[in-house]
Amino acid sequence: MARATKIIRNFYRDSVSLMQLSSTFGKLPGVEQASAVMASANNISLLQEAGLLTEPVEASANDLLIALQGEADALESALAEAESSLKQPSASSTANEQSRGISPRSIEMGLANLVGANLALISTPGEYAAAEAFKALRLGLNVMLFSDNVDLKDEIALKRFAQERDLIVMGPDCGTAIINGIPLAFANIVRRGTIGVVGASGTGLQQVTCLIDRWGGGISQAIGTGGHDLHRDVGGISMLQGLKALAADPCTSVIVLISKPPSPEVAGKVLETASSAGKAVVVNFLGADPDRVRRENIYPAVTLEDASAAAVALADGRTPEARTTRVTSPSITPLVSGQQYVRGLYSGGTFCYEASLLLKKELGQINSNTPVEPGDRLSDVWTSRKHTVIDLGDDLFTRGRPHPMIDHRLRNERLIKEASDPEVAVILLDVVLGYGSHPDPAAELVPAIQNARDLAAKAGRRLAVVGFVCGTAADPQNLSKQETALRDVGVILAESNAQAVRMAASVALEAGVGGRS
Amino acid sequence: MIQALFQEKLQVLNIGLSSFVDSITRTGGSVLQIEWAPPAEGQPEVGRALARLVNLLSVETANQTAFDAYQSAQPVLSGVGIAGKALPNMGERMILHGGPPIHWKDMCGPMKGAIIGAILYEGWAENLAKAEAMASGGDVAFEPCHHHNAVGPMAGIISPSMPVWMVTNTTDGNQAFCNFNEGLGKALRFGANGPDVITRLKWMGQILAPALRAGVEVLGGVDLKPMMAQALHMGDEVHNRNAAASALFLKRLISALLKTRTPSADVAAVVDFIAGNDHFFLNLSMAACKAMLDAAHGIPGSSMVTAMARNGVEFGIRVSGTGNTWFTAPAPIVHGLFFPGYTTADAAPDLGDSAITETAGVGGFAMAASPAIVKFVGGTPQDAIDNTLAMTHITVGRNNAFTLPALNFAGSPAGIDIRKVVDTGIQPIINTGIAHREAGIGQIGAGITRAPLACFTQAVSALAHSIGDSQ
Repeated sequence: MARATKIIRNFYRDSVSLMQLSSTFGKLPGVEQASAVMASANNISLLQEAGLLTEPVEASANDLLIALQGEADALESALAEAESSLKQPSASSTANEQSRGISPRSIEMGLANLVGANLALISTPGEYAAAEAFKALRLGLNVMLFSDNVDLKDEIALKRFAQERDLIVMGPDCGTAIINGIPLAFANIVRRGTIGVVGASGTGLQQVTCLIDRWGGGISQAIGTGGHDLHRDVGGISMLQGLKALAADPCTSVIVLISKPPSPEVAGKVLETASSAGKAVVVNFLGADPDRVRRENIYPAVTLEDASAAAVALADGRTPEARTTRVTSPSITPLVSGQQYVRGLYSGGTFCYEASLLLKKELGQINSNTPVEPGDRLSDVWTSRKHTVIDLGDDLFTRGRPHPMIDHRLRNERLIKEASDPEVAVILLDVVLGYGSHPDPAAELVPAIQNARDLAAKAGRRLAVVGFVCGTAADPQNLSKQETALRDVGVILAESNAQAVRMAASVALEAGVGGRS
Repeated sequence: MIQALFQEKLQVLNIGLSSFVDSITRTGGSVLQIEWAPPAEGQPEVGRALARLVNLLSVETANQTAFDAYQSAQPVLSGVGIAGKALPNMGERMILHGGPPIHWKDMCGPMKGAIIGAILYEGWAENLAKAEAMASGGDVAFEPCHHHNAVGPMAGIISPSMPVWMVTNTTDGNQAFCNFNEGLGKALRFGANGPDVITRLKWMGQILAPALRAGVEVLGGVDLKPMMAQALHMGDEVHNRNAAASALFLKRLISALLKTRTPSADVAAVVDFIAGNDHFFLNLSMAACKAMLDAAHGIPGSSMVTAMARNGVEFGIRVSGTGNTWFTAPAPIVHGLFFPGYTTADAAPDLGDSAITETAGVGGFAMAASPAIVKFVGGTPQDAIDNTLAMTHITVGRNNAFTLPALNFAGSPAGIDIRKVVDTGIQPIINTGIAHREAGIGQIGAGITRAPLACFTQAVSALAHSIGDSQ
């Protein structure tokens, strides 16, 4: 072990700088121990005690002393490097640069930066989401709670707490909203207008806002409530808040409400409030009997499409007409005998549910992983049976993989499987555009559809693929570009889910007739 | 009526998926992404307890009361006393130590060494072996300084016959105490207990204390807050750098000493002793901070921290609204620079009551005033400013008495709020000395450390529990 020293005369550094230098010098190659001190008698004796200094040095307290211990051949270059680094200009000359503030780590910190904030969009894992929502409400913010897996008990507490403070909680499990023209989470870019929507279903809201846009109307506000809001124990707090706010909003002339059928007492409360809103209210309680919904000022709609059309008509000052949505299947040539079943492969849960409802009326039993009738539940969700519609966004399928609106692999695999089933006549698909969805779903679907049709053709069958694109021209994916790509591969496109479902049903019915003949 | 939202520009705080920012910015909305991570070290139950406390009126009100008491406190050096007589509830065979409570068998090396030294100093035993037997045999009671309105740096040892600074908060009348600073090198507070250490302690008791007592009397007390404030403008942060404050204090003291009947040789020795120790003022700073924070302690519902202290094994905090409970976690290792011949491997975990200064909004919290300090961790003056600014996010307010030139004379961030620490994960920063893990070797470096989050998560749970489940 060798030692080396260097004295730099009249070179003052404060003790902290010297400790820092010692630390730096200690890391030079071949150096085991290093010290840089002002050469006071006290410091020299310290170095001697530490074994860094074995011979006396001629130096004063104004001289800087570097003492190194390490490999003999490394010390000379280390000393030279140490000395040159000492004489470098100070590294802290950038002190005047702008202060690097730390980015906000909490809602409260965020509020200090964005003083006018009025909404918290929360998409943390479910176990933390309720706490974040409570903080936001306590700080006076409205909440959109995208997170799912939030306890019903927490949802009730959050919504009551919000209601007391004139704030709203959209969610939990609220996938979409459009507030003041700003699309939130999985939302489409729609024209602004005078139709206000409150929906307990994310894809339901997307369908209605997109169809309104497609048919020339516009949206004032689209408020999501989350799927459990109309549960008896929650009592429709958010839907009632949204409804009242839209009733009072001078920019809203027509209101649309979307939900699965609520519990009777909640339905009563919602319809009573809607009836006295002072504005036309279109109500789509998916699967509900229109006669039980009808009230003064209330226009029942059986499908999302009906609701959209009625709202556009009312906003134009027209009376909504019953739509003739029976669509003749254009140029679908007869199919091979035995091809008779519809297989719906959905990424949107509400679309799937609506398809079940509509198909049931025309085709009878519809099997599903999310059936309308509990008895129609598929025992094995991975294998279709007769007429089947599948919600691929169900937890059963999304565990450990992205949602089918983002990742099309699972649906494409299923598509091939269905295409190879000789009893399948028609495949039914939804394609959802907007923020949050896949940037180019057609590009993912087209090759799979091509393969599916080729596969059927090789077996001498002709497979019909019917679908619709839920989106707008202004969406990042561009509605017409997506539709063109799908049409080019032979997909029969409808404007809405209801139209697509009815087309699929008519294909199946014709096939059934053909099969009998 | 949420309809009001429709009349405003939508301004969104996004907590979670950062991709949701796109649709908002592209369509002309305002959005700010929160750098979110599960709060409370990922414990959902504590996170829920925290959520109940955020912006809760009773807590906000209590914190304002606590902060006002802290802010309006006027710590005045009112005298020099003897621990056994001056400190409340000080037992005859009692030795006080730094940090939260700890049993002899669990104490770190420096604390054990210092206790043995104190037993020798008191004359309760005539040699090291007997002193150690006495300490381990349960013949001496050990209690935290904090349980007796006192603080002590490093091992923080105060035994009955030691002299103590007496600091009075003239606003509320409460008193706080601290022992005297012995200087660097081999000192009792680092666990040294050799004859030279005991001899110096005796001199401090017999010569230094009477001289200081007489000097303080002539001065009629010394206002400590203005002195600390002035030192902040002279490059101190009055925890790990006290060069300016010590000089300011000595400047006041010298002429007073000359007006006392202290023999001139003693005056010279006292002046030399103080002039030779840039940390002399630390113990006054600590007592002043303790006096200010005790005024803020015991406000029901308050989430303001009133003490942070370490015993070399555990780090503990006390909170105004949770009484005398300590919330503890293992004491962290200090990152910093070491004197020649020492490394992190030699270091004792964080030790001493001196983090009372950070608790009071100076020390690491006032680092912007003391850029030299930040070099302990290889930083720049900008880092010092950033460290102070970071602390503004976890504090109740700003101490307008302690202004910081580098921040355009804004007050230093003060009054640590346990809610904000747990919610942001920003840990209080502490400037501190580093003791050798073995007794008697002394200070081996200095650096910067952070208060452990676990102390704060426990405190949040306890405060939420004390407030109950009511909204």
